[in-house]
Amino acid sequence: MNEKRINLLVDLARVGIIISITLALVFLIVFLASQEPFVAIYSFFIGPFTSIRRIGNIVEAGAPLMFTALAVIIIFRSGLFSMISEGAFFIGITGAMIAAIAWRLPFPLHPFGAILFGGFCGAVAALIPALLRMKWSVSEVVTSIMLNYVIQFLSIYLVNYHFREISSSSLASLLLEPTAKLPVIFPGTRIHVGILIALAACIVLYLFLYRTALGYSIRVVGDNQTFARYSGINAAKTMLFAQIIAGFIAGIGGASELLGMYTRFKWTSSPGYGWTGIVVALLAKRNPLLVPIAALFIGYMNVGADIMARSSDVSREVVDIIQGVMMLLIAAEALLGGFRQRLIVSAAKLEDSLKSPEIKLKQEKGV
Amino acid sequence: MTETQEALRLEGITKVYPNGVIANKDINFSVNVGEIHALSGENGAGKTTLMKILFGEEKPTAGEIFIDGDKVNIQNPSDAIRLGIGLVHQHFMLVPSLTVTENLILGIEPVKGLRIDERKARDQVSEISKKYHLIVDPDAKIQDLTVGQKQKVEILKTLLRGVRILILDEPTAVLTPQETKELFYELKLLRSAGYTIIFISHKLNEVKELCDRITIIRHGQTMGVFDVSSVSEEEISRLMVGRAVKLKVEKEAANPGAAAIRVRGLTILDDSGKPKVKNVSFTARRGEIFGVAGVEGNGQSQLTDAITGLGGYQSGSIEINGLNISGKSVREIREHKLSHIPEDRMKTGIAPRLSIENNVIADKIFRKDFNRFGFLNLSKIAAYGLEMVNRFRVSCKSAQVHINSLSGGNIQKVVLARELSSDPDVIIANQPTRGVDVGATEFIRQELVGMRNQGKTVFLISSDLGEILGLSDSLIVLYEGEITAYFPDASSVTEEELGRYMLGVEKQSDAEIRRAVHE
Repeated sequence: MNEKRINLLVDLARVGIIISITLALVFLIVFLASQEPFVAIYSFFIGPFTSIRRIGNIVEAGAPLMFTALAVIIIFRSGLFSMISEGAFFIGITGAMIAAIAWRLPFPLHPFGAILFGGFCGAVAALIPALLRMKWSVSEVVTSIMLNYVIQFLSIYLVNYHFREISSSSLASLLLEPTAKLPVIFPGTRIHVGILIALAACIVLYLFLYRTALGYSIRVVGDNQTFARYSGINAAKTMLFAQIIAGFIAGIGGASELLGMYTRFKWTSSPGYGWTGIVVALLAKRNPLLVPIAALFIGYMNVGADIMARSSDVSREVVDIIQGVMMLLIAAEALLGGFRQRLIVSAAKLEDSLKSPEIKLKQEKGV
Repeated sequence: MTETQEALRLEGITKVYPNGVIANKDINFSVNVGEIHALSGENGAGKTTLMKILFGEEKPTAGEIFIDGDKVNIQNPSDAIRLGIGLVHQHFMLVPSLTVTENLILGIEPVKGLRIDERKARDQVSEISKKYHLIVDPDAKIQDLTVGQKQKVEILKTLLRGVRILILDEPTAVLTPQETKELFYELKLLRSAGYTIIFISHKLNEVKELCDRITIIRHGQTMGVFDVSSVSEEEISRLMVGRAVKLKVEKEAANPGAAAIRVRGLTILDDSGKPKVKNVSFTARRGEIFGVAGVEGNGQSQLTDAITGLGGYQSGSIEINGLNISGKSVREIREHKLSHIPEDRMKTGIAPRLSIENNVIADKIFRKDFNRFGFLNLSKIAAYGLEMVNRFRVSCKSAQVHINSLSGGNIQKVVLARELSSDPDVIIANQPTRGVDVGATEFIRQELVGMRNQGKTVFLISSDLGEILGLSDSLIVLYEGEITAYFPDASSVTEEELGRYMLGVEKQSDAEIRRAVHE
């Protein structure tokens, strides 16, 4: 067994363990909290598959996570720890809302323009913490988190004072122009064109990272910034580029979420897809091609939790607990380290014994 | 010695690292009381790993340790010290802002009530330092000491903790010949006082001079234990490398041509405004290996950073092949045919989690061969990676493996492959063979001489005297940021002579130094 195979095996075993612990946790919580645990567990695990509509819900829940996870991957790969994916996603929603309400365009052009505009807003948002970091070495972790709040309140302000539906008692924007809506692709569900954009983004981003010079530069900068500089790669510029791309993707995600799933902007706070996107990115091992699977898994958990909350006495906050625990487990790099070490030792010994024993212990002049 | 008593025995030590590297394979190693025992082998042979296991810094995969015949279990360095084992690291573990005494008593402070008994501490320190002739000013701050003095403090630190078995990990790598001589005198004193010393080194002349017995390790296995007096240097090196090695670099006389690197009046200040390089002028010409000798930390790093565009400078000028590099980016300078083998390959020279092939193209990513309108030509990159691995004899499973799964010597070969394959005119080589095994060292030196024979300029910075004298055609000595000597013919210089200039004991006249400018 070579090292790659060992790593794959250990990774698979780790995912298995993470999921098992997660499931065990679900059982534990449900049995502690519920009067009717079997109903709750049934609705959590099986519920999401009981109708076409619910299966659709899984995909719908996964789509925005794919975008934010891709953004997180690009940001982390470039060596920054900006948390801006949340804000970039939300400002993407807001940008698309403005475009969808204010612009007058025919159908394919309208959503296309609105999504691009959402992406643009996201890119600008993501650029800010990165620029502050480059110019004045302000920690991007702090500025991005703060900026997420700024974006949240700016968006709510815009809706409240400029795009509000006066007749509605709760916070809601004016109706989006029907020409701006993304069409549904599976009748009977709300799965919309946005999921196709998300899947395409995963592939494009993979190709970008591994097949283009800029993607290569991002990987080099993220791995060792000093080395990048030494090789003649402009580390600062590369990092800025990475932020723009990440913000753009998150912004597109926000835009297509709004145009595919909603008729009005109704959020009163940032929806948190950016944070969950970090879980998805880590679960996908920072590989864009694994993002859809990870996103759908988290989507499934969310849908299951919703159904459980509706049909039993267990609340949906359970899912947040579970996600927190999963994040800890994923971050625990040393999990199964001993198992990996044993495999490596036996593989190394095997390989060693296969080699012709060219070095014989020569005790020429002993003591 | 009439009767030999075993101080220490390691039995069947095997160590497999998490990346699958077998560093030690069933090693047996034993040392007698009151001897200086050399542990020699190429870098990457497993010497350091073995000593780390003994000192409790690494856990062995298998094997047992005996001290005075008793089996012991060493979990961490404090266990090791309690058992009387002390390790003097290659990189000193001292607090720079504290005094010598404060560093020495750290953790074992004699106390009077709640306060540290300073007088007692000082007495302890000066007593032991006199006894073994390890003279250092007990009130000096560590940051003001020379490397040689810091090493004495390190040795005193272990003695003060009651250590009886002293391990020295390549202690002479950072010393000048004068300091080395002093160290050997002190070590011999310690031996006659009954201390047991393990001396890790691959400098064979030192082993011959100092040690009683030698254990040779190759590829993680013991190649045997010998009385030093009964084996020749050639035999030792053959056992270390597995084949006969040319210890001397063979090269013909240089034939220097036009100026390649022109440095004039260069001054570099550090962040606090202290000068690190002071008004330095010299010219390195085509077809020569231009050496920069000096004890580490005398301005070499700042000078290389300035020439390669990685660091700035305050005044003066630098020209590479006629290009004034002021305000030029690293990429522009590199495109002007400059290559750079960095001092610290792990920190500067590689992207550790990328593959070998991705590492060898890092400086060539803008070139048309690999980059078509922003897209990578993967098949060309793979072919190139393979070519580099073969040409530079990098031992690896494939060019697709992560570079940090390689040994230090092989990583250095990858760095060398990248830098020499970019068709450079000027090669800045900063400590090119540091921490590299004998075989790879020989290879790297030959490559550098080959470059010079093709009419290229090699700018060699090294604190290894043998290397700087053996490779350089002409050389300058840096001391506290100033040139203290210029030798147009490096082969006429002795190590002792060079040492005096490196320590700042002597300085050539301005007229002599000005010859380095060649105008």
